[in-house]
Parts: sequence; structure tokens; C-alpha cells
Amino acid sequence: MTTTDFFEETYASLTVNKVRTGLTMLGIVIGIGSVIAMVSVGQGAQQSIESSIQSIGSNLIVITPGVQRGQGFQISSGRGSAQTLKQEDADAIVKEVSLARAVAPEISRRYQVTARGTNTNTQVVGTVEVYPLVRNLEVAEGSFLTDNHIRTLARVAVLGPTTRDDLFGVNADVIGQSIRINKVDFKIIGVTKAKGGSGFGNQDDMIFVPLSTAQRFLAGNTYVTTISIQAQDQQSMSSIQQQVTDLLLGRHRIQDPQLADFSVLNQTDIVATASSITNTFTMLLGAIAGISLIVGGIGIMNMMLTTVTERTREIGLRKAIGAKKRDISLQFLAESVALTFLGGVLGVFLGWCIAFLISQLAGIITQISSGSVMLAFGVSAAIGILFGYYPARRAAGLNPIEALRYE
Amino acid sequence: MIQCKEITKSYYNGDVETPVLKGISFQIEKGEFVAIMGPSGSGKSTLMHILGALDTPTSGNYILDHHDVSMLSDDELADIRRTKIGFVFQSFNLLSRASVLRNVMLPLVYADIPKHERVISVHHALRAAGLSEDRWHHLSNQLSGGQIQRVAIARALVNKPTIILADEPTGNLDTKTGEVVLGTFQELNIKDHHTIILITHEPYVAEHADRIIHIQDGMILEDKRNHQKRIVHLNQ
Repeated sequence: MTTTDFFEETYASLTVNKVRTGLTMLGIVIGIGSVIAMVSVGQGAQQSIESSIQSIGSNLIVITPGVQRGQGFQISSGRGSAQTLKQEDADAIVKEVSLARAVAPEISRRYQVTARGTNTNTQVVGTVEVYPLVRNLEVAEGSFLTDNHIRTLARVAVLGPTTRDDLFGVNADVIGQSIRINKVDFKIIGVTKAKGGSGFGNQDDMIFVPLSTAQRFLAGNTYVTTISIQAQDQQSMSSIQQQVTDLLLGRHRIQDPQLADFSVLNQTDIVATASSITNTFTMLLGAIAGISLIVGGIGIMNMMLTTVTERTREIGLRKAIGAKKRDISLQFLAESVALTFLGGVLGVFLGWCIAFLISQLAGIITQISSGSVMLAFGVSAAIGILFGYYPARRAAGLNPIEALRYE
Repeated sequence: MIQCKEITKSYYNGDVETPVLKGISFQIEKGEFVAIMGPSGSGKSTLMHILGALDTPTSGNYILDHHDVSMLSDDELADIRRTKIGFVFQSFNLLSRASVLRNVMLPLVYADIPKHERVISVHHALRAAGLSEDRWHHLSNQLSGGQIQRVAIARALVNKPTIILADEPTGNLDTKTGEVVLGTFQELNIKDHHTIILITHEPYVAEHADRIIHIQDGMILEDKRNHQKRIVHLNQ
């Protein structure tokens, strides 16, 4: 039998009872449709989480102070509390870690900020010129802090859009105005672009001031709370992480890496962790939807078994005129695979419609990847083979004499 | 050419052996029109199954075209049926929702014959079976009994078999259409020299053949030339 013969035979027998064929196929359509829709919700969630992590900066390595354990001290003051990172550490990283593209130390703390009678409590970040580059920050109006500001301990500030709105009113023109942070006056030189909430602290509600100014006038010391490093590319991230760790351990005279008074966080690790969470979520959704796919497959098997019984005489005749076992079993397999494959095509379409409706009505980002579509086709064809195999075997194994006599 | 040598066939129900054929030997030459006649339970159906390569004998040899087909596997038997045997059944066994052409083409589909050759063979077979051309595109459930049996004969002819096995071909037809079908067989035998084996329980039907093998209780009772052959004159 040629391939076209198989197609003709399959088409002929599937169109004999169109209602039954349609209803059986509906099981697969719903199964594949719900898998596609559920996985699209999962992948949409994954995409939005990943993009919000990316919005903090790309190829980012963040160093934060760790637990301080002085000799003889038994009391741990908690992670992140140590004042162990200094300006000099950042300078050393700039000098010695060559793979780092930009290094942005910062000191941040919340202060009460006043301006023209209004006031708010917000995060004040003392940092350097390269900060926008490292943290994917863009300036909407005016300019960002420059090296010159840092050298001269200039009392200038760049506001986040939310802070600007809180202090001066929505979209007010604030360049040149002044604000008061911790009883020190600062002149506003710029406003950053809105980035939206990222789930990791609102980056729009911040005030940026020169690092040196923050250390001198606000904090009164030379510690830094975070050092952000942008790697040249993704490949160099782990070696930078290693170099930075070695460098800081050496500078802080710590032999045992377990006792490090700082921690180095790699953005790739954060993305990987978040991805593994959303992957689990996606798989869970897919598995639940997969149950309906199995039910659909059982429906196919049921129909094929009925068909084999109904067509016993036909099978007998086909065998009498020379069809081999293989011809018969392939014919029935072709029928069930055609059913599931066609059901798969319609199911992908249905899933796409559901995903579209979910994103339109519920506002959840959905994403249908070509991978999940391919997988759906693969799974539906596999279900056709799996659940068509037993009926096909039964048909092929019929004795032609008895099959011809069957009433 | 067909040769049967001491063919026996027994069915086993647990340990109980039921012999159906008890040593049957005969030879049929190419171009013969033979009727195998016997009452029900005589073993003629079992003999037909063996002659049609649907079944194998318990012992003895069945030689078809110089090949011993008595000990073949299921798929090898399928090959024999596809290339050497054409079946005509009492209950026709056409695919009811398929057209006449598709029904007749079916054996060629399994024989891997190229498409364009199939159509030629199908037309040839339908003409030989005497089905008028305006019926060729009908569905088989739109035809009368006589027409259906002609389609079945065309299907049996289409792969140019060594023998045509007709199992009670007139059993479901009225006498007049039965006559026409038998006439068609006679014509195929005389004009195209097809070897035809007719299995029947009716002496009247058997008398349309040149030779009658009479079977009873699994043995050949009589194997004789039919000198009073009933000849049907088809006026097409």
C-alpha cells in the first residue's frame, strides 16, 4: 500500500461516521487545547518574571555585606548588617577585576525628604556616574551624577519619577529646585525614566546623590552598602564572581570562605532560580491539562475498538484478498493517528484562542512557544499510536475465516 | 494447476479431535470449471478455505502452481491469496460505502500496483464481469444483488488469479439472477480460460460446471465429468 492509499482509506473510513469521529476528536482537541493554554500561562509568567529581573540590570553581580563576626564575638548581628564593604574595596575591584565593565558602589538608606512643605520617606542612594549603565537606568530629564560631582562633594540629586510626583506633583518641572535630605539641601539636576515596579523594590521611588556627598553629609562614614558590577558578557560572570570573592577575602584577611563578611550574588543565579520555580509551575499546569489529554486518548481507543468490531467482516475480506497483518494494523493505526493529529491541530488553535482570551480578559501575560506547539503535535501523534496500537493489533490478529463469517 | 494430495483437516476442541477432511486427493488443470458439491457439514467449506489459502491442512499437500502451500505462515498465505486467488462470496462482502471502482481496485491496492495500471485492470475486469459502464461510479449499496455479485466477480478477476473460488455465489440471489451469475462464470471460463472452482450444495448449480466433485463426510464420494452441462446464454 502506498501512502496515498493509506490516506484514502483513512479518509474514507473516518468520514463514514462523521459525528462519532468529531466527538472522539473533541476529546483530543480539548486535551491539547488545555495543555497549550495552561503552558502558555506558565511561560507568560516565566517571561514576565525574567524580564523584571533583567530590568534591574544586565549581566549584574551584586556584592552585599555579610555577617560580621569579630574574634571573640559570639553574637551574630545578622546578614547584611556588617559594615565591611568600603569605598576602597570598590576601587580595588575596578583596578584588579579586568572583566568587569563597570563597577558602581552605592550607599543607601531611607531618609525623610522635604521639599516646599511636602515630605516623604524614601530611599536615598549615594552612587557614582556609571550606576545608570550597571542598573539599566535611564535619565528622562536633566542629567545624571558625574565624576565631577563626586570629586567636589556636590550637593546635587537625581529623583526617581515616583519621588518627584510625591514631592512636587505629577510630572512637575523640578530641575533646579531644591530638596532637603536629613537637613542638607540638594539641588535637583535630573529625573530618571519610569521603569515600573519590578517586584524587587520600586526603582522609581529613589533619590540619587553623589556617593562622596552621601558618605560625608548623610551617613558620616565611608562604608558602602552594595557594590554592583556589570560583567562584559554572560560568560565572564562566574569568573568575575570568583575573582571578586578571592579579592575581597584577601583584602578582608579572611582565610575560610565560609566566614566571608560579604556575599556575592550573580544575576544569572537569580534568573535560574526564578526560572526553575516558574518551570515547575508550568509543568504542574501542563500535567493537570495532560490528564484531559489521556482521557481523550482513551476515547480514541474506545472508538477504535468499536470500529474494529463493527468492521470485522471488512477486515476478513481485506485479508481474503491478500492484505497482510501489517497492512491491517497500519490502516487502523493510521486512522487513530489521523484522529489525534487532526485533533492536535484543532487543539493548538483552541489553545491559542484560550490563551488570547486569558490575556485579554484576565490581563495575564501568555506566551505560546513553538516548542509547546511542536510538543503538542508530538504528544497527540504519540497518543494516536499508543491508544491505537491495541485495537490495530486486534484487527490484524483476526482470523480471516472467522472474520468473514462474523454477523 | 491445483494438486491436492491426501489432505486431512481436523479441529481440536481441547483434547477432542474432530476430523473434517479425511484424505482428499484430486487435481484440477488450468482452464477447468469444477463444482465442489456436498451437503452442509460435508467439509466442503473447510476444503474451500484450504484451496483458497485461508487455512492450511493438518496433513497432506496442497500444491498450487507447483508451489507447496500447505505449510506457509499467515503472511505467506496472504501473498498467495493476493497473487493467485480470487474470491467470490455468498454474501458478496463489498465495502458498502465505497464506489464500485474502489471495491474492484482493493486487491490491487494491497498488491502495490501503480495507480494508472490499476484503472486499466479495473475497467478490464468490470467489462469481463459484464457490469454495464453506467454503474461503475455508483456506491455498491445502490446496486441490485446481481450487479453486486458482478462487482464481486470483477474484484476476484482484477489481480489475474490462477483460480477463482466461488463460495455459494448464487446463495443470496433469486434463480434468475443466479443463472446470470453462473452464465458469467461460464463465459469467463470459455472465453478467457479462467480456472473456476464453484462450491455449492445445490446439484442444480453444480450442473453448470464441466466437472463435479461430490464430497460427503470429509471424503470424495464421486469425481465425474458433467455430461449434462447446463449452458446459460447471456444476451447482453
